[in-house]
Amino acid sequence: MRLDDDSLTETGLAAPNLSTTGAADVSARVLLIACGALAREILALTRLNGWSHLDLVCLPAKLHNVPQKIPEAVRAKVRAGRARGYASVYVVYADCGTGGLLDKVCAEEGVERIEGPHCYSFFTGNEAFAERTEAGEITAFYLTDFLARQFDTLIWKGMGFDRHPELLEMMFGNYEKIVYLAQTDDPALEAKARAGAKRLGLAFEMRKTGYGDLAGFLAGAAET
Amino acid sequence: MADELDDIVLSELDDDELTLQMHDDLYDGLKEEIVEAVNILLERKWQPYDVLTKALVEGMRIVGIDFRDGILFVPEVLLAANAMKAGMAILKPLLIESGAPRVGTMVIGTVKGDIHDIGKNLVSMMMEGAGFEVINLGINNSVENYLEAIATEKPDILGMSALLTTTMPYMKVVIDALKAKGIRDDYIVMVGGAPLNEEFARAIGADAYCRDAAVAVETATEFMNRKHNLLAAGG
Repeated sequence: MRLDDDSLTETGLAAPNLSTTGAADVSARVLLIACGALAREILALTRLNGWSHLDLVCLPAKLHNVPQKIPEAVRAKVRAGRARGYASVYVVYADCGTGGLLDKVCAEEGVERIEGPHCYSFFTGNEAFAERTEAGEITAFYLTDFLARQFDTLIWKGMGFDRHPELLEMMFGNYEKIVYLAQTDDPALEAKARAGAKRLGLAFEMRKTGYGDLAGFLAGAAET
Repeated sequence: MADELDDIVLSELDDDELTLQMHDDLYDGLKEEIVEAVNILLERKWQPYDVLTKALVEGMRIVGIDFRDGILFVPEVLLAANAMKAGMAILKPLLIESGAPRVGTMVIGTVKGDIHDIGKNLVSMMMEGAGFEVINLGINNSVENYLEAIATEKPDILGMSALLTTTMPYMKVVIDALKAKGIRDDYIVMVGGAPLNEEFARAIGADAYCRDAAVAVETATEFMNRKHNLLAAGG
């Protein structure tokens, strides 16, 4: 499957057309509802582990900037999935700034979501991330592979810095560094993340996290 | 839009037209135009308080409504706030000089572990605009910071803000500290921030959750009116 980052940001990823993939019984398959920013990582893990019974549908990654819209958008996808016949549905969204409202929707719809306050946390590993926060890492702005690739669209243009550079100080004035949490070993992405930090006027640090807690969560979903 | 703006000479507009133009300019985040218009109204002998309320606060009220309704987003609101701030910088000393009505006092800060202050600063500015004295404690505030500030400033309202799911529980730590000192009911506690909601505010024992800066001003004003009514009734 060819993935396009701009589409993942703007429109997400449609559910697979099971009539063309030859999948027989939908009820025996598992539906993952995720943020577009996680599509590549989820598909890489499903390929790597041979989890061919996991189907992925993604909401647009741009919801990252308007998290209040995430809970109801997830609910709609859960219901659409159930209507298609999926018995097992998992939500691959962290709380993502919804303040527990996404958890409420998940509980109401009877689905499980990956643990963590945001994807930076579960990529790092929720425990390790909490320890870092506890230790005082509060002035870091995090990038993942997806955010490094989409820096221009989601951050530079998405926050209006291309049109109004004066917003930079107002929005990033309290941050001190960019921490790039790398899921893959890709020098080109590292260069992009580093360039992003420079544009924001912040220090740069890279941590190779791999997929963190995402792998375990998907493994659990695959076993159902 | 730029062409239209080039055609408008602010000093040639009458008061009503100029006020409406200021609402538009605030909406568009045009700082220089706001500064020019504020100065024009002051030259026309407007009271600073009227410039503030009829031009700036009303303009920001419209911005607040469109933000709430998803028509405007954070960058646009920040630009509008920045334009208002420029206007406020001219008016503030004049307001103090002219003894404009003071609605109440608020101590506000982002909680410990959190450096996000966009919303808090918007609230702070809008509250000032609405006639409150605001003591802005900035970011990453411990219980001790809040307690010290309220002991010194004796505010009517304590405002706390958080953007992170991981830092919002700290608001309860502050409220519990107020309870432990037996001073919780001396203050109106208002909380806000993207991941919060009414339910959370109730659960931690705050008086109000404010979804945005406009709601914060409305809520604070309402609480102050109730307080004044109670005092007037000897309650």
